Amino acid sequence: MINASLKQLSAQLAQKKISSVELTQFHLDRIARLNPGLNAFVTVDAARSLAQARAADARIAAGKAQPLTGIPVAHKDIFCAKGWLTTCGSKMLANFVSPYDAHVVERLNAAGAVILGKTNMDEFAMGSSSETSFWGPVRNPWDQTRVPGGSSGGSAAAVAARMAPAAIGTDTGGSIRQPAALSGICGLKPTYGVVSRYGMIAFASSLDQGGPMAKSAEDLALMLNIMAGFDARDSTSLERPAEDYARVLEAPPRGDRAKPLRGLRIGAPKEYFGAGLGSDVGAAVEAALAQFEKLGAQRVAVNLPNAALSVPAYYVIAPAEASSNLSRFDGVRYGYRATDYADLADMYRKSRAQGFGAEVKRRILIGTYVLSHGYYDAYYLKAQKIRRLIAQDFVQAYEQCDLIMGPTSPNVAFTLGAKASDPVEMYLNDIYTVAANLAGLPAMSIPCGFGEGGMPVGLQLAGNYFTEARMLQAAHRYQLATDWHLRQPAGVE
Amino acid sequence: MDWETVIGIETHAQLSTVSKIFSGAATRFGAAPNVQACAVDIALPGVLPVLNKGAVERAVRFGLAVGADINRRSVFARKNYFYPDLPKGYQISQYELPVVRGGSLSMLVKDGEKTVRLTRAHLEEDAGKSLHEAAGNAHSALSHGMSGIDLNRAGTPLLEIVTEPDMRSAEEAVAYAKTLHALVRWIGICDGNMQEGSFRCDANVSVRPRGSAVLGTRCEIKNLNSFRFLEEAINYEVRRQIELLEDGGTVAQETRLYDPDRRETRSMRSKEEAHDYRYFPDPDLLPLDISAETIEQIRSELPELPQAKRERYQNDFGLSAYDAGVLTQSRENAEYFEDMVNRLGRPAVKACANWITVELAAAVNRAGIEIAQSPVSSEQLAWLIVRIDDGTISSRAAKDVFQALWQRENIAVAVLSAPRPSLHSSVKSAARDDIDNIIEQLGLKQISDTGALEDVIVQVLAANQKSVEEYRAGKEKAFNALVGQAMKATKGKGNPALINGILKKILAR
Repeated sequence: MINASLKQLSAQLAQKKISSVELTQFHLDRIARLNPGLNAFVTVDAARSLAQARAADARIAAGKAQPLTGIPVAHKDIFCAKGWLTTCGSKMLANFVSPYDAHVVERLNAAGAVILGKTNMDEFAMGSSSETSFWGPVRNPWDQTRVPGGSSGGSAAAVAARMAPAAIGTDTGGSIRQPAALSGICGLKPTYGVVSRYGMIAFASSLDQGGPMAKSAEDLALMLNIMAGFDARDSTSLERPAEDYARVLEAPPRGDRAKPLRGLRIGAPKEYFGAGLGSDVGAAVEAALAQFEKLGAQRVAVNLPNAALSVPAYYVIAPAEASSNLSRFDGVRYGYRATDYADLADMYRKSRAQGFGAEVKRRILIGTYVLSHGYYDAYYLKAQKIRRLIAQDFVQAYEQCDLIMGPTSPNVAFTLGAKASDPVEMYLNDIYTVAANLAGLPAMSIPCGFGEGGMPVGLQLAGNYFTEARMLQAAHRYQLATDWHLRQPAGVE
Repeated sequence: MDWETVIGIETHAQLSTVSKIFSGAATRFGAAPNVQACAVDIALPGVLPVLNKGAVERAVRFGLAVGADINRRSVFARKNYFYPDLPKGYQISQYELPVVRGGSLSMLVKDGEKTVRLTRAHLEEDAGKSLHEAAGNAHSALSHGMSGIDLNRAGTPLLEIVTEPDMRSAEEAVAYAKTLHALVRWIGICDGNMQEGSFRCDANVSVRPRGSAVLGTRCEIKNLNSFRFLEEAINYEVRRQIELLEDGGTVAQETRLYDPDRRETRSMRSKEEAHDYRYFPDPDLLPLDISAETIEQIRSELPELPQAKRERYQNDFGLSAYDAGVLTQSRENAEYFEDMVNRLGRPAVKACANWITVELAAAVNRAGIEIAQSPVSSEQLAWLIVRIDDGTISSRAAKDVFQALWQRENIAVAVLSAPRPSLHSSVKSAARDDIDNIIEQLGLKQISDTGALEDVIVQVLAANQKSVEEYRAGKEKAFNALVGQAMKATKGKGNPALINGILKKILAR
């Protein structure tokens, strides 16, 4: 059962071979067994989850099931869920019980999915290792001395260790794709505006996008079908006709059945294969590209000349927005407030000094600095100009190719603490992922092999705006021909 | 030294939308603390702003009314600072690209017409309110030393209207503020209630030697919520700055508050203490794009504006600048006037204007109300003029009727928008009945019966032979004496015009 796809689980639920209560309990039991070592979940509320599961069973019995009805899903602790502790991995919100549901949560609830629990994450999604959480670091199920990636590391580890059939995460600079790669699962960041940000605690508003994390491209498509959709409460939500992201997954290939991806042009920008890329990761990605060619795809040359500027631009824009977004955490209305303070200014100072961790403070400081009078033009405005150049690079590249492929992360998962003392080294982990956020483009990561220490390697597939279905189709065809996505870490059986 | 005062004004006009600018919560004034603050207003984690189109529409209406440019694309920015009544830690405002740019406002001041140029007008949200525990504070739930936060006002839509430094005295500043106040109410974008904070002004005041082209260092006096405070604060501030400079000191650029009890301004924060607001475009809101069609639609729905009306009243109706000014002080005044003119026709224009600007304006002022609340309706006043015109009563008696009508409490006030009216006597009219009943009750009806008047005059002439002889000898004054006697004989109710005519006719025999 732990390797069953969402489609298979839905079928078993529909055929009453298993109930949602049993499925939920099964995963709760796995969490109870595996989570103490992995620390992937920060909040589990069995009674609440099982109540939802019972409701799902009733719905299935009444013949009113939808796709995902009765399926347990792990929620990154950044999504507000009514009645659930929603902490965003921070002491600042360690006592915050959300009085409302995020749009994504509403949609999953409406579909009859079960909230399996809230997953650990880097504090306020700021990190690439899931080590900055107030609740302690998440460990990689493939090797518990290593990080699972971040910031959605809890969701990634939950799926990798088969504690959850699927999970939801958020991606501001790679926070879905990078942990998916480092934990050997699949994750997709949709086009900016496809998934509503309402109720998703903001890190960097112009970059944040929610998305699914699961074992396969097919599962991602089914999850995205529920998560995507216009929401009037998010002004950046896009009003488009509903789309079935699974519609072309198994579209019959024209012509040669062995080459179902004939006609697909894949760009592999040389900028993604240069210095800094681990040779183990490079080799796995090259093998994957060869596999795509075998399936009929054609490899074309594309350039992303401004790729090297994406990390510097990102680490100006994201902290700038974060410094403002996190101002609401002031100890006045909810969340953490210091106990001893002399006056108002002292209360602000102490509450924020004690409530935020070091990485969050670092980014608030950077963001405050780049927005300050006299520095705004040199940093923030300049970064915005670079952002436009990067987006233009993609526009030009997508005239030559349909998908861009390359490594998701330059290296496999590193050991806990290895990069904790060097923020720049940590930030370089995002080198292949942040560009998609800056340009608002969709991108995903799928497992494509193993590297150093037997750790998973992720292949990044990126597409033009609104080409999620095409990306998923290519990934699905790859997964029909390979089994990297079916591998699971030892010790989780 | 001869000093010149230079004033610029920033006004926060609360836009009259039902809900807030970025949330669905109500904007009604006076609710219990925090009952009109939703998740967005209290800035829960994860919530997002959604722009209220009604606020944009009102901002555009204002821009068109002052002849400004409407920016087809404007941008909302975050103004970052910490304060407990600012839940997000930033205020959403417009910074580099406001919705309205330029424009001007003209007004009558004692030296004639004055034009004040506008720099810009931009949309923003209001903050909440901090309630500090203090003796006499109605919010007794606050225990000693604590402050309460009421977020009902947080997110209320404001239009901040900024002028160039074009005013040269407190009087001009007040004239500008009053004209702006009248305009925002006229075009229906703000209720103008100053006690409730719907219209508040900040004054930027500086002085310089007369003739100097360089502006002096300015001080900003914040949150003046009455015209009187605006005037007092500016006058105090001008004196303070002049005294400082004449004593060899310098004015420090700072933000000051006006204390109406002490009638003085005092320092709130200096330039050095000024915040770095770290403005940047709000990534939660897309740039505000306004289509040409939307602008034209709003333009087509604009009412005739006070200045245009004032000019029309002067040019077309031949009214004085003063009368035209009073009649266009508010939209209600103009509607009252135009309703009367509609009923009585063009020949009665001057009579209508006179009655409104003299008798009605005096009564309204005494009562401390607006013409819109007048117990005497425009239809009633029109009937009063009809009764003067048709000789039923004299102008003198009409004033008594007006007073009686004003004081009667249970007068049915005719609706201004009632179907348009001909004042035909066969038409049933409650207003006409009101007038006629009062004339009847007060016994003010004139004697216009020629036969009856002739009888009286014959008797008067018989009793005043001396005056008759003097008149015939060429003494014109004697005629007036005879008219007076005839009026006396009719107890003042004789129609003076008829008496004049009959006297002349008989004397000419």
